[in-house]
Amino acid sequence: MSRYEVRIGGFGGQGVVTMAVVAGETASLYDKKFVVQTQSYGPEARGGASKSEIVISDEEIDFPKVQAPDVFVVLSRAAYLEYVNGLKDDGILIIDEDLVKIESDIPKTMKVYKIPATRIADKEVGSKQATNVVMLGAFAVITKVLSIEGLKARIEEKWPRFVKSNMLALELGMKAGEEALAKTA
Amino acid sequence: MSPNTKSVNFWQGNQACAEAAIAAGCRFFAGYPITPASEIAEIMSQQLPKLGGTYVQMEDEIAAISAIIGAVWGGSLSMTATSGPGFSLMQENIGYAIMTETPCVIVDVQRAGPSTGQATKAAQGDLMQARWGTHGDHEMIVLAPNSSQETYELTIRAFSLSEKLRHPVILLSDEIVGHSREKVVVDSSRNDQIPRRLAKLGDPPYGGVNSDKHAIMPRFGDGHNLLITGSTHDERGFRKTSDSEAHDKLIRRITAKVQNARKILDDFVISGPESADWGIISFGSTSRSVEELMVSEKSRPTLRTMRLKTVWPFPDQAIRNFSKTVNKILVPELNLGQLSREISRVVRDTIEVVPLNKIGGGRMIEPDELLAKMSQS
Repeated sequence: MSRYEVRIGGFGGQGVVTMAVVAGETASLYDKKFVVQTQSYGPEARGGASKSEIVISDEEIDFPKVQAPDVFVVLSRAAYLEYVNGLKDDGILIIDEDLVKIESDIPKTMKVYKIPATRIADKEVGSKQATNVVMLGAFAVITKVLSIEGLKARIEEKWPRFVKSNMLALELGMKAGEEALAKTA
Repeated sequence: MSPNTKSVNFWQGNQACAEAAIAAGCRFFAGYPITPASEIAEIMSQQLPKLGGTYVQMEDEIAAISAIIGAVWGGSLSMTATSGPGFSLMQENIGYAIMTETPCVIVDVQRAGPSTGQATKAAQGDLMQARWGTHGDHEMIVLAPNSSQETYELTIRAFSLSEKLRHPVILLSDEIVGHSREKVVVDSSRNDQIPRRLAKLGDPPYGGVNSDKHAIMPRFGDGHNLLITGSTHDERGFRKTSDSEAHDKLIRRITAKVQNARKILDDFVISGPESADWGIISFGSTSRSVEELMVSEKSRPTLRTMRLKTVWPFPDQAIRNFSKTVNKILVPELNLGQLSREISRVVRDTIEVVPLNKIGGGRMIEPDELLAKMSQS
C-alpha cells in the first residue's frame, strides 16, 4: 500500500482522537504497517473542534500530516463544512447521518456512506460513549485498511473492563458498514 | 527498560520521552501540567510511584525546576517537562543549575507564543529562548528530535550528556513531535541506565579535577560538608562575590567544558549528493517536510540537506563546510527566522540564506512550499 490518508473530524468528547489512536495502533502493531497518527484540537476540554489524522503506508512515512485524505469520517457539521473540500475527488466520505448532512455539491466520483453511529451507540449499545467504536467497525468494513482481528485484539487489550460493550459496538458498526456498502453497490 | 515498554510500541513523542527517562534511570519528576507537554507529567505520575520514584506536581514551573535541582543533589536522575510559558518561568533556575553544575533534563514541547499564544498549536519559536533564556555568560546543550523514535533516543542521550558534563540539558520538542504517534522500537536487551558517579568524601565539589573539566558531584546524606550557591564560588563552594579572577575562572571553566565537548555534542545528519543547487538546513518537525521532499518524485533542483539533532552548541564549522557544497541555503522553520539568523551569522556573506517562515495554527511547512520558495528565490 502506498500512502493512505484518513481524516476524522468532530467535536471534543466524541472520541475522534481515540478512534484514530486505536486505528493507528491496529495498523501499526497488528497489521505491521508504517503509521503516523496526529491530532488537532483547541484549548477547550469539550465541545471545541477536534480533528485527528492517520497516515498508513508500506513505506516509512516522512511527512506526518494528511495532505489530501482518501477517507474522511465526519461526526459534526462544523468539521464537514471545514474539511469536506480537502477530500480526494474519488475519496470515501463516511458521515454520522443524524449529525451531518451533505449540504454542498460533491464530486460524483466520491463515495458516501451514512452510518447512524451515535444512534446505534445510544440505543443499541446503551452508551453514546461507544460512538467511536461503532464508527471504527463501519470504517474497517468500508475501507478494508484495518484487519478486523487486529482491531478486536487491540480493543480488548486497551479496555479490558469494557470488552463486552465494545465488541457489541464494533459488531453493530461492522453491520452498519455492510449495509451501507450494499446500498451504494 | 520501563515496565510499560515493549519491543514495538505505538507512542507519541511525549510518551517516548517519559518511557526513555524511566529507562535512563530518572526517578524524580517535578512539573506543572501544560499543553502540549502534559502527557509526560501524566505518565511519570502513573509510573514513578510504582518504581520507587517520586512525582511531585508543583505550584508552578519555578518550583518545578527548583525541585528537580534539589532532587539531583539528593542523588536522583531528575527531569521536568513544560512548554513555552513554563519554560520562560524556569529560566532563572536553569542558570542556577549551570552555575551549581547540576545535571538535569528540561523538556520543552514548543507551542505558538509569545505568552499563551496558541496553546495547542506547534511552533519552533523557543530556539533562541533555549539558548539564551537565562542571563549571563553560559553555554547550553539543546537536543531536537524529529520523531517518536528519536525522542526516545535523544531523551536518553540528554541524561547521559547531562551526567557526563554536569550541566543541564534541554530536550527541544514541539507539538507535532510530542503528539504524533508512531512506531518506537526498543531492543529489550539494551541497558540505557545512566550511572551516577558520586564524589568521595573530602573531594572539592566544584573545580576542574576530571577530564570533563569538572569535579565529581557529591550527594546529600553521604557526609560531605556542602556549600551550594548560585553566587560565584571557589572549588569548595565559598562565595566569591567581588573577586574578578574567581568569576572569570569559574565561568570560563563552565563554558569551556561544553565547548570542549563538541566532538561528542555535535550531532547532525547530512544527506543528498556531494554538491547541489540548494542546501536545506532544518531541525525538529520541520525536517520531516524536507525528508518528504527528498523522497518525492516531483521535479526539483538538486538538494543536499542538513538536519540538526544537537541545535546548541551550534555546529558552526559543520555549517560552514556544508555551505561550501551548495549554491544557496534554504532554512524552513516554524518561527520568524531564528535558525536562519544563526546560519547567517556563521556563513557571513559567503552564500545567500533564504528563510521560509510559517507561524500559527500548528500548520507544518508543506513540501510544495519548500519547492515554491526555491523556485522564487
